[in-house]
Amino acid sequence: MANAMLEIRNLDASVGVADVEILKGLNMTVRRGEVHAIMGPNGSGKSTLAYVLAGHPGYVVTGGEVLFEGQNLLAMEPEDRARAGLFLSFQHPVEVPGVRLSEFLRAGYNSIRKSRGEEEMSARLFNQMLREKAQLVEMEPSLIQRSVNEGFSGGERKRNEVLQMAILEPKLAVLDEPDSGLDVDAVRIVANGIERLRRSDRAIILITHYQRILDYVVPDYVHVIVDGRIVKSGDKDLALEVESVGYDKYEEELEKSLSG
Amino acid sequence: MVRQRTPTQEERYLTAFESFASNGWISDPSWLKDLRTSAIERFRELGFPTARRGNEEWKYTDIAPIARTQLEVEVGDESKIGVASIEKFLVGDDNWGRLVFIDGAYSRELSRTPPLSRGVSVTSLAEASATMPDVLEKHLSRYARYDEAAFTALNTAFIEDGALVQVPDGAVLEQPLQLLFVSTTPEAMSAPRTLVIVGRDSKVTIVETYVGLTGGRYFANVVSEIAIGVGAVVNHYRVQQHSKEAFHVGTTQILQDRDSTFNSVVMDAGGALVRNNLNVDLAGENASCTLDGLYMVNGTQHVDNQVMIDHQQPYTTSRQNYKGILDGKSQAVFHGSITVREGARKADARQNDKNLLLSNECEADTKPALWIYCDDVKCGHGAASGQIDERALFYLQSRGVDQEAARRLLVRAFASEIIDSVKQEAVRAHMETIFDEHAQEYRLT
Repeated sequence: MANAMLEIRNLDASVGVADVEILKGLNMTVRRGEVHAIMGPNGSGKSTLAYVLAGHPGYVVTGGEVLFEGQNLLAMEPEDRARAGLFLSFQHPVEVPGVRLSEFLRAGYNSIRKSRGEEEMSARLFNQMLREKAQLVEMEPSLIQRSVNEGFSGGERKRNEVLQMAILEPKLAVLDEPDSGLDVDAVRIVANGIERLRRSDRAIILITHYQRILDYVVPDYVHVIVDGRIVKSGDKDLALEVESVGYDKYEEELEKSLSG
Repeated sequence: MVRQRTPTQEERYLTAFESFASNGWISDPSWLKDLRTSAIERFRELGFPTARRGNEEWKYTDIAPIARTQLEVEVGDESKIGVASIEKFLVGDDNWGRLVFIDGAYSRELSRTPPLSRGVSVTSLAEASATMPDVLEKHLSRYARYDEAAFTALNTAFIEDGALVQVPDGAVLEQPLQLLFVSTTPEAMSAPRTLVIVGRDSKVTIVETYVGLTGGRYFANVVSEIAIGVGAVVNHYRVQQHSKEAFHVGTTQILQDRDSTFNSVVMDAGGALVRNNLNVDLAGENASCTLDGLYMVNGTQHVDNQVMIDHQQPYTTSRQNYKGILDGKSQAVFHGSITVREGARKADARQNDKNLLLSNECEADTKPALWIYCDDVKCGHGAASGQIDERALFYLQSRGVDQEAARRLLVRAFASEIIDSVKQEAVRAHMETIFDEHAQEYRLT
């Protein structure tokens, strides 16, 4: 397919030692400039997809392939995926006591620049950029100098993820439930930040349980994922349908089609 | 025919003592001769400690390699060391006072005494025994008892030189002091002694540094005793960076009077076999101490930190926070003991020890001990050993930081709780440098 940025073909993946298969032949194509929303009930494989794309060592790909700009994404180390232009916004960003955001993000930023043959940025210029971009998600500048996510509220953690996306300027951003656990105002701030990072040469996969964030970040495509596979795709109206009928309908349909 | 008896490991030191007694100390005052004599007597009775069952204090640390090694008792020749060779061990700027000891002997050349306010003494022990003998007689060996401590007894028997710091009541030393102990002779034992007496409402910052300029086995058997007066504040830093084959046994004995504060940060980066004893007696109401430590070991290094806090009076507070980073086949021991005596009500003690294990072959032993003889107290301890947090590692990698650099960041982060808490800027920078050097050797791929 021309211009495909990401191609996921028949992806099977399982998690950890329990060897439970979670993704079961998932297919998806994402082109530059597109925003794809992935919706699904708990345990359907949404986060697994995000982690597998980012290269989390706890997940094992048992079948299928993923091409990112024609390259075999699954063969790459997590840091090489970041350098190639992939970004994951974590659903539950971890606390990293003793490591400042400004410190480690500059290390990541510079390694990405270096891989592109660009010059590294000084701490002074980087911190300046960090302060400027923090405004995008209305983040307190003092948080930047603290240890990563240490003592951050849920909302601050999510904003911090979007801030990191703004700094790293990925080609493809996979946002794993950036709205979960947030109140209405916090969702609006995070969503506005994401919306402002939308560009014609950037693709976004937005994973969510609820439709409400899609009022701010209006997707080009919506996919419903149930039991490790995409059961229905459509435009933004599909999200409204999901919201009104619930996931049960899609689960039942899948069950029927599998047994039939 | 009489079969010749193999000399015991202690006998070498008894013989050395005899020669010291007949040649070395003729002009010394009789109280000092008596002190040494009774100390060597006690050493002979105690013998070297053994890691036998039931000997809790030495459970994880076998000092047989020290006892076995044929060591000469050495008093150094300070003239052979130039300032260039100790440059990297110096802390602070030109305003700092500095006493340098080469294999235990004071070097006037390498030392620098700052202008001191009235009544403050910063000098070598040898010099002090001539100029202020009454102070020494009154305080020396009064705090660091040797009756149950063989290594302290051995150090006391060979007391000849070391550092004396005396701060009178109400004096504040604005500039810190560095006491630098340099070992330069393989197959030798040095036994420097430090005595610090801090008067009422005084304040002083002292950095003790133990380093080696030689490879090979040598033994630094050091004792520091610090008496802290009513309301006084002592900030104490101790950095140990001996060479990789060295032995080090160090005892720091603290006596705190009412309302006094003792803040200590220790860092261990060197040595083959190291044992540190830090004993704090909170002997006055409302005395408090903060004891932080960072020990870093790799290869086959063995470092043992034993911290014993004695809450003798009401409203005394202690905070211990030790951290270890272990790689290779190294072993680290932390033995933290807290005693709260009867009547020491409202005592508040907290102890924490955490280890970061970078290999599968290293071993961390944590041995907390609480002896509480009073009801109305707050005591807590925690211990944890673990590897690098895989979730944090993935998080950093996902931002483009390569795995090795991410691991390095996380190891540094682990140490930062101790290093970053150092308020004295020059000491913090010095510890950073030592950490960075040591961290180069970690296998993080």
